[in-house]
Amino acid sequence: MKRIISILLENESGALSRVVGLFAQRGYNIDTLTVAPTDDDTLSRLTLTTQGDDQMAEQIVKQLHKLIDTIKVVDLTVGSHIERELMLVKLKASDAEVRAELKSCVEIFRGHVVDVTASTYTVQLTGDSDKLDAFIDAVREIGIMEVVRTGVSGISRGDKFLRV
Amino acid sequence: MEHLSGGEIVIRALKDAGVKHVWGYPGGAALHIYDALYRQEDVEHLLVRHEQAAVHAADGFSRATGEVGTALVTSGPGATNAITGIATAYMDSIPLVVISGQVPKIKIGQDAFQETDMVGVSRPIVKHSFLVTRAEDIAETIAKAYYIASTGRPGPVVVDIPKDVTDPSYKVPYEWPSSIKMRSYQPTNKGHRGQLKRAVKTLLAAKKPVIYSGGGVIIDNASDQLIELAQRLNYPVTNTLMGLGAYPATDRQFIGMLGMHGTYEANTAMHESDVIFAVGARFDDRVTNDLDKFCPHATIIHIDVDPTSISKNINAHIPVVGTCTSVLEEMLSIADEMAIQPDADAIKEWWAKIDQWRADKGIYTANRYEPSAGDIIKPQDAIKALYKATDGNAYVTSDVGQHQMFAAQYYLFDKPRRWINSGGLGTMGFGLPAAMGVQLAFPDAQVACVTGEGSIQMCIQELSTCSQYNLPIKIINLNNSALGMVRQWQDMNYSSRYSQSLYEDSLPDFVALAEAYGHVGMKVTRYEDLEEKMRECFALKDRVVFMDICVDKSEHVYPMQIPGGAMGDLFLNKSEKT
Repeated sequence: MKRIISILLENESGALSRVVGLFAQRGYNIDTLTVAPTDDDTLSRLTLTTQGDDQMAEQIVKQLHKLIDTIKVVDLTVGSHIERELMLVKLKASDAEVRAELKSCVEIFRGHVVDVTASTYTVQLTGDSDKLDAFIDAVREIGIMEVVRTGVSGISRGDKFLRV
Repeated sequence: MEHLSGGEIVIRALKDAGVKHVWGYPGGAALHIYDALYRQEDVEHLLVRHEQAAVHAADGFSRATGEVGTALVTSGPGATNAITGIATAYMDSIPLVVISGQVPKIKIGQDAFQETDMVGVSRPIVKHSFLVTRAEDIAETIAKAYYIASTGRPGPVVVDIPKDVTDPSYKVPYEWPSSIKMRSYQPTNKGHRGQLKRAVKTLLAAKKPVIYSGGGVIIDNASDQLIELAQRLNYPVTNTLMGLGAYPATDRQFIGMLGMHGTYEANTAMHESDVIFAVGARFDDRVTNDLDKFCPHATIIHIDVDPTSISKNINAHIPVVGTCTSVLEEMLSIADEMAIQPDADAIKEWWAKIDQWRADKGIYTANRYEPSAGDIIKPQDAIKALYKATDGNAYVTSDVGQHQMFAAQYYLFDKPRRWINSGGLGTMGFGLPAAMGVQLAFPDAQVACVTGEGSIQMCIQELSTCSQYNLPIKIINLNNSALGMVRQWQDMNYSSRYSQSLYEDSLPDFVALAEAYGHVGMKVTRYEDLEEKMRECFALKDRVVFMDICVDKSEHVYPMQIPGGAMGDLFLNKSEKT
């Protein structure tokens, strides 16, 4: 099962490598990883997705919490949450028919065309990972030149929040 | 406010952290620190012959005293040589601070001479690490390092200091922090009261209980509390390899070590138990045998200060996070309040079973090995002779292999912190330097390093350090002319194909070697001389004695768990299984 794990981390050199190292060392996989400072620039917020059953997820959360630089760790998948990922896709779009088809596809997925050349469209799309996957499937035949995804960011719904 | 250079701050901070001894080895990147060391008298430095030994010695010191051990090394090879020592301490949760010199900040990343990314290299084997980038940060970083190393689940902390940060010409105000607070590190000490009540109820309702205690009880100095609880309940106690001495081995309620080379009675009792009270132990693979067959009838209560140890290998029914001392004290007081007594009849019946197992197949009720005679000295008898010559009061360090298991089985430790071995990492070469740390801490105590001719050669250069600092360690070398544990596995699993485990023709003359270092060498080849020579060895109080005991080459360590089996599935000797 897919897990979204969110971490508040001291914004110090080496802190990220400890998190990444832990996954390698303990044999866990990281599917996506995204990290940036928060409104408090002494803190980083890191979101990563991995696969595992309840027992494994519990162990991952505990191991992450054990790292001295981590302040809070939460498995967002346990509760109701919002998941977002941003994707940029560069597509082959030289003839008019393809351009029209792409435009309608982008509209259906509520994306934006953010760059256009004579032969390409660059599309920006935001959503959960499934939606981005679905878009890729929809345009695969047309011709994908390049895909860039940010990895998942997540936040819990309702009153709960992760803060020091 | 006093102004000091970075190098001076390192040493002053060590003093203010309560450090009296540092084990180490100088080198380019650490020379400013070494110069500051030279110009003071509060902190004594002991020069080893290899950085691995510096860390093991600091580790042995820590295991024997409970204090944080300290080592100081230079960058590059100094740092990498320290790695095995750091990993050893990490696996056994030993509090250490290892300070390493680093190339100047401006050269970091340039592949400079003797440059190694120490924080990177050590990352998976430290509790935490720091790279100090300003002289102003040294004192606080060192204070944090000692705080982190010694609290929660203890462990080694690396402090890597670039050479320019210790520059003698740059002085900054020195201030030792009065206390340390970290928002990201707040270890849990007290157990959850509701969980503790459940734990006590379950424990008191047990009909076939076993108390399974590990290294955590020793690290947290919770031996008295463990003894009080066990004796009040009259429950059997087994110790892990790391936990030996937490409960007195000569007491009736002690059923021996458990696990791969544990006793028949301890392993069988675990397998048959209905409640396992695990305290400061971590269900290591050398204990559990096959996880799927582990103790099928048992409800598991697990006390540990580290949440990650709980339900990592074996699911705990009643987990409690807290220090062993506070949790055991709390449980004792809850037991008083509840005023429930254990089921005396059931416990009596349980003891009758255990006593029967002991009598039938226990290693303490009869000799389960062929007797020594003439020039056949059984390694077990060598340990028994050591026990006798030291009245069971010695500090015993060990290396890794058969001799380690024989020592664990046959030297009956009645007190904690007397048995000092590398249980988790299994580091050959640990014994002698660890013994140096112990002897330094307790100059008048009897300190024995039980080793083998394989392990001792991994750090034998430290015989020189023993001379320099008058550390009169007794080295008990169980010499079977082979890598004994490797050979045992080759006998059992590889049809006695002794791949790279033999070197008999090229072994040194250990007596001459000891003498070359200025020590006393003794060789024992006949069983009838063993006890006398052992007494003679310990009578030489002020000398290092290297006792080379030629033991039976064909002996195996038993009992031994059968791979893939349950805890109680054991080989009892070369021909008999449970």
